[in-house]
Amino acid sequence: MVLSEPRAMAKHIEPGMRVALPVDYAGVSMAMTRPIIEHGAGNLDLVCVPTGGLQVDQLVGAGLVRTVETSAVSLGEAGGAPRFNAAVKEGAVRLKDATCPAIHAGLIAAQKGSPFMPLRGLIGTDLLRHRDDWRVVDNPLADGGDPIVLIPAIKPDVTIFHVPMADRFGNVWIGRRRELAAMAYASQTVLVTVERIVEENLLADEMSAAGVLPALYVTAVACAPRGAWPYGLWGEYPADSAEIARYAKAARTADGFSAYMTQAQMEPA
Amino acid sequence: MAEVLPREVLICTIARLLDGVRHVAVGASSPIPAAGAMLLRAMKEAGGTVGPRISILGSVEHNFFTNGSAELFDCAGQGRIDAFFLGGGQIDGFGNVNLVGTGDYPRSSVRWPGSFGSAYLYFVVPRVILFREEHTPRVFVEHVDFISAPGVSPEGVFRSGGPVALLTGKGLFRFDKTRPGFDLESVHPGHDLAEIKQATGFRFGHDAEPRQTPLPDRSTLDLLRGRVFDELAETYPEFAAQMRRDLVAVDA
Repeated sequence: MVLSEPRAMAKHIEPGMRVALPVDYAGVSMAMTRPIIEHGAGNLDLVCVPTGGLQVDQLVGAGLVRTVETSAVSLGEAGGAPRFNAAVKEGAVRLKDATCPAIHAGLIAAQKGSPFMPLRGLIGTDLLRHRDDWRVVDNPLADGGDPIVLIPAIKPDVTIFHVPMADRFGNVWIGRRRELAAMAYASQTVLVTVERIVEENLLADEMSAAGVLPALYVTAVACAPRGAWPYGLWGEYPADSAEIARYAKAARTADGFSAYMTQAQMEPA
Repeated sequence: MAEVLPREVLICTIARLLDGVRHVAVGASSPIPAAGAMLLRAMKEAGGTVGPRISILGSVEHNFFTNGSAELFDCAGQGRIDAFFLGGGQIDGFGNVNLVGTGDYPRSSVRWPGSFGSAYLYFVVPRVILFREEHTPRVFVEHVDFISAPGVSPEGVFRSGGPVALLTGKGLFRFDKTRPGFDLESVHPGHDLAEIKQATGFRFGHDAEPRQTPLPDRSTLDLLRGRVFDELAETYPEFAAQMRRDLVAVDA
């Protein structure tokens, strides 16, 4: 693990990479959004675990995204994701519409080093009809019939998230947000921003160890206080819904989006 | 009897539809379904029995999970979730739900957020209640433009769950999976069959004179306006405050 800072970490992202990002309440590293946009590596294939919001909308708005694999993209109570929706209408991004457990299943397959994971449901949906990477097979353990969908392993190049703390050995506290671990297990590179870096080894105490993603899976950590803002962070601070609504309004047009993104004030007030 | 607000009728109807469930899951932005589940729990506890477990996604107080956002779906796949609610930008007469958008996919003319967990939960949760307050022909269509989740499945496809009812701002329908199709079960106060026919883009079965949706009794209303709105305010403060403002306006 390398103790880094967000700008340096963004350099891990290369054009055409597959990048996994967490759901809005799990710990989104909004602190990385600007550095990623400044770094400018494009043609990204985003994997939203299992849905996307502000960060996805901003990366799409910045023109860095080729594909969005997701179960949904929205700004929650602030409404639809304006830049994402505009890109869909223009055909500017390729969609891989999914359902939440299918995204989890793909990551779990990768976590186990397996080529796929079978999943119930999906048969008869237009999601399945539009996914040429998903396959339907008959359950080989049944006496015949019983079709089931195979979800291929999702192996992101990079996973990026934000959590309350890491220790100085690179162990990262993820608490009960276990999907962050699944994302990390599945990914080549894992970039984590944290509220703070603590002195004690988080693996030394059995109580904290169960909620730790070990340094083994972590490429780099950067300290970024209030790094999920304007999203909230579990156990730390609530979402700034006024700011998310302000973005939703501004980003209704491409010009409004650009104006919002070039503002100097991109930190919590 | 005091006047009953339209949303109170919805909440009380949901509580009735949920009777008997052990575990109900509710979406993060679904205050009316959550209130219905909380009302059922309050009624059961007032009667000296145990109410349902309520999981509210995204809530801290009502989250029993420790395995990330995958656990809800795993739990449903194991048969541990008895009831769930689904909305939909479009719902058709076959119980198909569209959460993706209108027009030609993928370049939808109107894009909604996406299918979320519907393409799985609709298959494995036994009692799915379709809930959409807006009752208009643009929501209730003959055929959805995109099937996020199908109302029924062909024989041989694993299907332990599916829709049982459709609750709207105007009435309550039951789903008959053998047809498949909806039957109007009752009409909410202030609405009538002709209006519902006009507002529904699909054909449905109905009696010549459908009955009215039952209104809650005094003790149910007291529970709702007291304990339930207090509990609701923890997770949906805006909604609970609005309900209480509306009640004050009715009394005035």
